[in-house]
Amino acid sequence: MSLLEVRNLSIDYLREDGTALHAVEEVCFTLEEGRSLGLVGESGCGKTTVILGILRLLPAQGRIVSGEVLFKGTDLFSLSEAEMRKHRWKHLSIIFQGSMNALNPVRRVGDQIADAIKLHENANDGRQVEVRVHQLLDLVGISPQRSRHYPHQYSGGMRQRAMIAMALACSPDILIADEPTTALDVMIQAQILDLLQKLQKELALSIILVTHDLGVVAEMCNDVLVMYGGRTAEYAGVDTIFNEAQHPYTRRLLQAFPDIANPSSKLASIPGYPPPLDALPRGCRFEPRCHRKRAICAEQIPILEAVQPGHYVACPFREDN
Amino acid sequence: MTMQQLREIGRAFIRRPAGIVGLIMLLVVVLVAIAAPWLAPYHPKDKIDVSPGDLLTPPDSEHLLGRDDAGRDVLSQLIYGARVSLTVGFVASFMSMVIGTTIGLVAGYRGGRIDSLSMRLVDFLLVIPDLPLMLVIISMWGRGLWKIILVIGLLGWTVTARLVRSQVLSIKERCYILRARVIGASHYRIAARHILPQVIPLVIAEAVLAVSGAIIAESSLSFLGLGDPTLVSWGMMLNFAFERAISRRAWWFLLPPGFAIVWVSVGLILIGSTLEEIVNPSLKTHHLFDSRRMMARIAGRVPKEPAPDHTALVETERAE
Amino acid sequence: MQQSNYLIRKVLFGLVTLAVVVGFNFALFRILPGDPVKAIARSPRLTQEMREKLRVEFGLDKPVFLDLERLKTGDVIGAFDTQFTAYINALLHGNLGISFRSRRAVSEILAERVWRTVVLVAAGETLSLVLGITLGLVAAWRRGTRADMGILLYALFSWGLPTFFLGIILLILAQGLLPVGGMVTPGLKPEDGWVYWTDVGKHLILPTLTMAIIYTSSYILIMRSSVMGVLSEDYILTAKAKGMSTFRILRSEALKNAMLPMVTIAALNLAYTVGGAIQVETVFSWPGVGRLMYEAVMTRDYPVLQGTFLLLAVAVIVANLTADILYSVLDPRVKAG
Repeated sequence: MSLLEVRNLSIDYLREDGTALHAVEEVCFTLEEGRSLGLVGESGCGKTTVILGILRLLPAQGRIVSGEVLFKGTDLFSLSEAEMRKHRWKHLSIIFQGSMNALNPVRRVGDQIADAIKLHENANDGRQVEVRVHQLLDLVGISPQRSRHYPHQYSGGMRQRAMIAMALACSPDILIADEPTTALDVMIQAQILDLLQKLQKELALSIILVTHDLGVVAEMCNDVLVMYGGRTAEYAGVDTIFNEAQHPYTRRLLQAFPDIANPSSKLASIPGYPPPLDALPRGCRFEPRCHRKRAICAEQIPILEAVQPGHYVACPFREDN
Repeated sequence: MTMQQLREIGRAFIRRPAGIVGLIMLLVVVLVAIAAPWLAPYHPKDKIDVSPGDLLTPPDSEHLLGRDDAGRDVLSQLIYGARVSLTVGFVASFMSMVIGTTIGLVAGYRGGRIDSLSMRLVDFLLVIPDLPLMLVIISMWGRGLWKIILVIGLLGWTVTARLVRSQVLSIKERCYILRARVIGASHYRIAARHILPQVIPLVIAEAVLAVSGAIIAESSLSFLGLGDPTLVSWGMMLNFAFERAISRRAWWFLLPPGFAIVWVSVGLILIGSTLEEIVNPSLKTHHLFDSRRMMARIAGRVPKEPAPDHTALVETERAE
Repeated sequence: MQQSNYLIRKVLFGLVTLAVVVGFNFALFRILPGDPVKAIARSPRLTQEMREKLRVEFGLDKPVFLDLERLKTGDVIGAFDTQFTAYINALLHGNLGISFRSRRAVSEILAERVWRTVVLVAAGETLSLVLGITLGLVAAWRRGTRADMGILLYALFSWGLPTFFLGIILLILAQGLLPVGGMVTPGLKPEDGWVYWTDVGKHLILPTLTMAIIYTSSYILIMRSSVMGVLSEDYILTAKAKGMSTFRILRSEALKNAMLPMVTIAALNLAYTVGGAIQVETVFSWPGVGRLMYEAVMTRDYPVLQGTFLLLAVAVIVANLTADILYSVLDPRVKAG
């Protein structure tokens, strides 16, 4: 039994006039214990919506249209809100991007971490909780005395690390990181990634890393799911993606990244823009920008097929090597 | 403000029932005020066939709202009272709007010392309790319609100034202003051509709300005995009613003027709030008076404006 | 460090405002047409002795601001021997003049009546705050539902309702059920102990209710928008992700943040509440300083009018300063500047 199995997840956003925007369609993936998954795509492709959907944290306009999320066999969507709350943080926790306001500015950092502990473990002993909070801060490289401080007294990188500490408070099975380094400068980015890698090893953590940065994925993830326009484009192991990608979008994405082995080669950007949710193409989402498109691409949505065990591509005209 | 903008606002307004209701409420009062001489059955000051039995009589066929303690027809007084309230409301509000817009524009555009000074002045006026101040000024200065209008108008510009200033500050940063500066347009030209038109719609929404505030201020002053003695206003009717009719439970004299004030105020508030929502939908706060003053005061302190609601504490639902 | 900077600025501003109010008060009564100071000298109600006393105390025979004659002769100190300095001097000694009507010292009259207004305003404000915070929270949480609409409608309606008229309505409705005038039933004295105080309490109900109905609406609106703003912040999503229930989130994360502006608002509201108190005290004959002001207007008792205005203005300024200090204590962000 997999740790997490997402089957055919589809999510809509309802607009004021009642019409539905299809933000995510038929996304599937599996996460095994101790492994990490990179969820990759441009802004607006639906990656954040997927993880909010998994945790049932969608905003008021969000609707889960179909799908199942099996955590150790239990479908999270079949639980009541009260039962779901028990799973949150204890089994699946999350860190958000840009953590400027992800921490409550008028409460002390230590208290906010302690909250999580008190909520899920039956910890009534204040002293014990405090000890644990200090341990957690230490784990992420923050001096325990700073637990009495307020978020504005932390630097951006420290805040992110505090969020990581908080996310680990209940020793979750899965840590979801939504663009954890995007709002930080390059040096700090490296620090955070190192930290995540270290924690992953030490705590045998399973991580879902949402990012648009392929470099990060290459370093940290075992599997990669590439999304475009709310749908899966390609899903495979990290080596496969980097060396044997077949979906046109994936290949263009890889080309758009600087290659250290070839520093003087031109960066190829993908012309055009991702499709707006209220004007999704009838057929393949990538068709307007695709360099391998045929007439049929604009009519039919491509099916996700297994080209090899563990390698799925959603394109009938994929690029074989 | 271009015709295009006006038409857009008009169209948006028509789609909102709250605004329409308010408009109808206001128009009723305006029409009554205009048509007063033809509408009122008697002249408000006429004491008709006054004998002791005719004082404070309840409604009957000849006097639809009965008579007051001096034998005068209440309905006629009510109708003529509309004129006073509306006059004070609109003129005082117009005054506040002009003063507030000018100060806000200058303060926001010039910045620096003029700005700080103006805002200190605004802070200062916001702290002084307004009704006591008005009471003191009118009782020292003397009663009269224009004095009341002046006092209310001269004290009511602070909120408009703050609002205009913050709008100007955000507009100032935009590209086309810089372009105009580069071209060599004078400050005056920039302010008048580029900034002012953007600010006017917001000011008008504010002004409508201010009218209701002015009407209530006038009625409070009149109720406390400082209204214009030569005129009949709703507040003054309530003053007489309270002094002389309350023990006799003359509800026909006591209630109609008050209800009239509420009617016109609520109508104006509906219009004003709707307009405000249209011209500045990012203003999530409901800018009704007290709140407006207070939000103006704390605007400097509360760090963020309400962001669009992307998170609500609602259970995630499954679509059927 | 930044916090003390902030406080110093606020205190300075408060003092300057105070000074301006005092100056304004002085100017108002000396400069407006129908110079009431001259009227004092001619007021038949005062005895010759009192008139003389007033003339001396307020320097009515001296120049208003600055004695230019003396200044020219080089007598700088003497140049300040004017009505204005006499006024400031009198103020510093707690002398606010003599009432035209009752011939008692204004400060004495104020001291006697002020606590009654304080009780009324405190009761009204407390009730308004409690109701406003609760209903505002409910409205924001249940945004868009009928509860929200209803609450907003109430807020809108009570804004268009003049305070004194609401008082009149309640007075008519409650006639026979609750005492409708005065502070206490004639005949009862404080010495009567518990009976006296419950009687006062009964008399306090209608005035307090009037004020609460009017002022709750502004608190509701502010609280509602404040909570709405807070609920859209990222840390609320974090809290929900942590597994907190809605109730807990409202209580521990949202409430404190949303209530921060309320502190300032309650103080700023005082400027309005004072105006409302004047109206309520007049309608219900509550013998506080609000009603005193009304009576002074009616009887053209200018010293009392002046003194009461000064008292009210000072009270509001001080309240605002207190609120500023409180706010800086409560919001850790301000501490860092």
